Amino acid sequence: MIATDPNALAIDVRGLVKKFGDKTAVDGVDLQMPRGQVWGFLGPNGSGKTTMIRMICGLLRTTAGEGTCLGFDIAREVNEIKLRTGYMTQKFSFWTDLTIRENLEFVARLHQLDDMSATIDRVIGNLGLMDRQKQLAGDLSGGWKQRLALAAVTMHTPKLLLLDEPTAGVDPQARRDFWDEIHRLTTEGMTVLVSTHYMDEAERCDRIVYLANGKKLTEGSVADVIRESGLFTARAEGDGVRRLASELQGKPGADHVAYFGSALHVSGADEAAMRAAIRDVSSEGVTWTDVRPSLEDAFIALMSRAGEDHRTHS
Amino acid sequence: MQIPSSVLRIWAVFVKELVQMRRDRLTFGMMLGIPILQLLLFGYAINSDPKDLPTAVVVEEQTPLVRTLLQAMETSGYYRFVMQTDDPRESSDLLARGEVAFVVSFPAGFTERLVRGERPQILIEADASDPSASSNAIAQANTILNRALRHDLAGPLAGLSATPAPFELVTHQNYNPEGITQYNIVPGLLGVILTMTLVMITGMAMTREVERGTMENLLAMPAHPAEVMLGKILPYVAVGAIQTAVILVAARFLFAVPFVGSLGLLLFAVTIFVIANLALGFTFSTIAQSQLQAMQLTFFFFLPSLLLSGFMFPFRGMPPWAQTIGEVLPLTHFLRIVRGVMLKGASLADVQIPLFAISLFTVVVMIVAMLRYRRTLD
Repeated sequence: MIATDPNALAIDVRGLVKKFGDKTAVDGVDLQMPRGQVWGFLGPNGSGKTTMIRMICGLLRTTAGEGTCLGFDIAREVNEIKLRTGYMTQKFSFWTDLTIRENLEFVARLHQLDDMSATIDRVIGNLGLMDRQKQLAGDLSGGWKQRLALAAVTMHTPKLLLLDEPTAGVDPQARRDFWDEIHRLTTEGMTVLVSTHYMDEAERCDRIVYLANGKKLTEGSVADVIRESGLFTARAEGDGVRRLASELQGKPGADHVAYFGSALHVSGADEAAMRAAIRDVSSEGVTWTDVRPSLEDAFIALMSRAGEDHRTHS
Repeated sequence: MQIPSSVLRIWAVFVKELVQMRRDRLTFGMMLGIPILQLLLFGYAINSDPKDLPTAVVVEEQTPLVRTLLQAMETSGYYRFVMQTDDPRESSDLLARGEVAFVVSFPAGFTERLVRGERPQILIEADASDPSASSNAIAQANTILNRALRHDLAGPLAGLSATPAPFELVTHQNYNPEGITQYNIVPGLLGVILTMTLVMITGMAMTREVERGTMENLLAMPAHPAEVMLGKILPYVAVGAIQTAVILVAARFLFAVPFVGSLGLLLFAVTIFVIANLALGFTFSTIAQSQLQAMQLTFFFFLPSLLLSGFMFPFRGMPPWAQTIGEVLPLTHFLRIVRGVMLKGASLADVQIPLFAISLFTVVVMIVAMLRYRRTLD
C-alpha cells in the first residue's frame, strides 16, 4: 500500500475533461481539496457536478486530465478509491426490495466489516430505525431514504464522502437533520464534497466551487464568492413589487432582478447605474433598502455572466 | 369537419408509442427478427422425414447380390454408409456413441443361403432413442430391399422372387425397443426446461439493477465484475438442481423412462449445462438495456435451441447449415449426453466430446460477459 501523507489533499485533480459523444460535460476543471473539510459543489443542472463527482470516485473514465483521490490515481487505482470513499448517488440507489437491515448487511459484507451484526445494530440505532429495520427500504419516505443511504455509504468509515444532491426533494427538517449528521461525520475526520442547489447548504460549507457549463467559474468561501461578484444589491418590499419586476427587467444598470420570497432584489455591478435604474421606475408602494448581496445574488450573476444556459439532465 | 376529441387523444398516444418503439431498437429488431427466424427455421431447417442417416455395415462377403442390396439402400436416400466392417463389436460401439443411426448386418454365407432358398436374415439395428428419426428408414427397408432383388433374381433364380421374400428382415430398435416417444422427449425436456428458465433468470440479473437505478450503487462498491457474476449465478445453480430433481423423478415415476447409465455422470453434465445457461443469461443481461430486452434475447436464443438441437425434430434430418448452428447450441450437446446416459448407458468416454463442447461454450460466454460488463457508467 502507498503511504499517504495525512496532510495531503483528499482530492487533487487537474484539467479533468469528460465528453459524452460531442458534448463536453466537464471542460478542464482543477480541484485541490484538503482533508477534513466540507466543500460544496454548486452550479445549475447540467453544469458537470455529477460528472465531476463520478470521475473522482472512478465511476466514469476521464476523457482528459489526471489526478488522485486520497492519494490514489483516479484512472488506475479505482478499487483502492472505492474502498475508501462513500458515494451517495443523486437518486436513491439502494435496493427497494430489501429491508433496511438487509441493505446495510449487503454493504457491510462487500466491505468485509468486522463484527458486522454489532456495527449494523449501531448504525440502525443511530438512525433511530431500530423498530423499522425489517421494513423494505422502498417503503421509506424521501427523507428517511436519504438518511439510510448516508448511513450505508458511511458504514465503512470512508475517508472521503461524495454526496450528490443528497437533500433534493427532502423536507426542511430532514435536511437539517441530514446536515447535522454531515457535520458530526466531519468532526470524526471525514472529508466531504457535497453538491447542492440550496444556498443555506452552500453557506454551511467551508468552501464552495461553482461550476457552469462544465467549467469552474469561481471557488472560495461564501464571503469570497460574494465579494468577488462585485455586486451592489437593493431590496424592494411592498405591494408594488410585482409590477416593478417587469419594469426593471432589462434596464441598463439593473443586471439581475430576482425575487427573494416576496421581496425583489436588484443587483448590478455598477452601483450608480443600478441606482439610476431604480430611480427611473415608479417606487409607489415600495420601500427600497440597500442590502449585502446574498450568495444567491452572486450565483445569479455568475450564471448569467457564464452566458447561455446549456443545462441538460443527466 | 370537427375531429372528435377522442380520436385526437388516440392519435396522441399512437404517436407517443410510435416514437418509443422506434427508440427501442432491439425490441423493434426482435419484432422483425423473430418472424424471420421462425420462417427460416420452420421452413427450411425442419424435416420430419430425415434422410442420409449414417449407417455402418457389417458384412463378410462382397458378392454382387450383397452389393446390389447395399446400393439400393443407399440410393433410397435414407441410408448413407459411413463404414464397413466385419467386426460387429465395432459397429455397436458406433451406435452407442450415436455416430451412426443404423447398423446393417449380413450374416456369413448370406448369398449362398439365399440362392438355396433358405431365407437368410438381414439385421438392421437402429438407434431408436429418437424413434421419429429412425422410423421412416426402417419402415421403408423391406420395400427397398425387395425391389432391388427383383432385378437380380432372373433366369434360374426367378422362382425366388415370389412372395414371401427370399430373405427375412429383422429390425432391432435398440435403446427403446417399443419406440416410445416419451423416452426421447422426457430426458430432452430436462435440457429444454433448464435452458428456458435459467437463461431468462440471469438475463434479468444486471438489467434489473440498471432499470431500478441500483447499478450506480453496485458499481460504486468494491466488487470485481467476476465476483458480481458468480454471486448472481450461484443461487440459480440451486434452482437448476431442484428443477433437475423434479424432472428426473417425474421421468422415473410418471413416464417410466429407463435410466441405464450413471446418475453421477448425468448430474455432472447437468451442472456444467446449468452453468452454461446461467452464464449465457448473464451475458445477455450485459447486452440488453432493459429486462424486456433480456427476455427478447432469451426467446431469440431459445427458439433455435428448441428447433435445431434435435429436441423437436431429428437432428440428422436438418440441412448442414442448420446442423452447424445446432452444434453451437449447448442444448444439442446436452441432449446427446442425457439421452446417451439415460437410455444407452453411455460412459464418460462416450460423452466427453459433448461435455467438452458445453464447457467451451461456457468459457467463451463468460469471457464475453466480462468484456461486456460495465465497470463504469460510461
